[in-house]
Amino acid sequence: MNTSALDDAKETTNSPVQGPLPAGTVAPDISLYATPDQRLSLHELKGSPVILAFYPADWSSVCGDQLTLYNQVLPTFREYGATLLGISVDSAWCHQAFVKDRGFHFSLLADFEPKGAVARQYGVYDSHLGVCKRALFVIDKEGVVAWSYVSPMAINPGADGILDALDALADSPTARPPKTSR
Amino acid sequence: MATLKVPVTANDHRQGRADAKVTLVEYGDYECPYCGLAYWVVKQLQQHFGEDLLLVFRNFPLTTAHPHALGAAVTAEYAGSRGFFWEAHDELYEHQDRLGVPLYGAIALRHGLSSDELAVAMQTDIYLPKIQSDFNGGVRSGVNGTPAFYMNGLRYDGPPEVTEMSQAIELSSARGLNR
Repeated sequence: MNTSALDDAKETTNSPVQGPLPAGTVAPDISLYATPDQRLSLHELKGSPVILAFYPADWSSVCGDQLTLYNQVLPTFREYGATLLGISVDSAWCHQAFVKDRGFHFSLLADFEPKGAVARQYGVYDSHLGVCKRALFVIDKEGVVAWSYVSPMAINPGADGILDALDALADSPTARPPKTSR
Repeated sequence: MATLKVPVTANDHRQGRADAKVTLVEYGDYECPYCGLAYWVVKQLQQHFGEDLLLVFRNFPLTTAHPHALGAAVTAEYAGSRGFFWEAHDELYEHQDRLGVPLYGAIALRHGLSSDELAVAMQTDIYLPKIQSDFNGGVRSGVNGTPAFYMNGLRYDGPPEVTEMSQAIELSSARGLNR
């Protein structure tokens, strides 16, 4: 529960898109480095739900606690067939060290150059602090935002909202397997 | 505000009177240093509120960060199955710097339990479903780190300190709605 200046920072709302992309919006494609030499694209994951967890900074206290929790909840996310991706403006090398140190079993994407470009597209960039806001998106298997949420910088949002959104997706009529057409 | 999604039942580890004015549910990890500090805070709260406070402990081991958290939780559950949950719970937190098989065995022996039975419990994962069920209920209730406290079903978001928690417990008590 240590806090840093970043964890305590107040939110600012000067990103070009006002607020997080709401439910029903087609999720902008993402192509970011997941490792220093490998990119990962959102469209590659079409066909199953995706959880995007934007967070301010590798190594910060609240972010570390939040991602450690998600690492522990990963088997439950996988029961829904969902893929979890963390996103911050840290570089792929920084992510690599953070993942190794914490034993994370999911990818962290580097929204590093142009800095915060993806976060801006999703309406969750804090241009005053130069970091991603603490924001969550659940994207359905068709690539449409099903749920989004921005947490105050200093508050770990937990995983209950994500699981509720995944439940709603699993219960929706579109969750049924698509009919094969010839 | 986050609320407790899994009601307190007789299957929970409870300390205090069922009709206490306030039920304090803690989601904890035996290796978490903040839980280690909160252990002493909770002791003081119990002393202060006496019969007005019912304490419930549920497992929330963050095993990917804390390699001893699960072994300690299994030890407490095993001891609990033989009627010594709170003794084991207290000894684990009071010796948090020594978590490991020798401590678990010593706790078992101190209460006349079998360290062999405990070893079997560790190997067979017999208590894993209970521990995982506690964890899953915590996640659904919005536990976002440990320790997480719920007072009469509402998550307490203040610092885990005696003064602040006492005030919040008094507020809960005044509101009633124990659940």
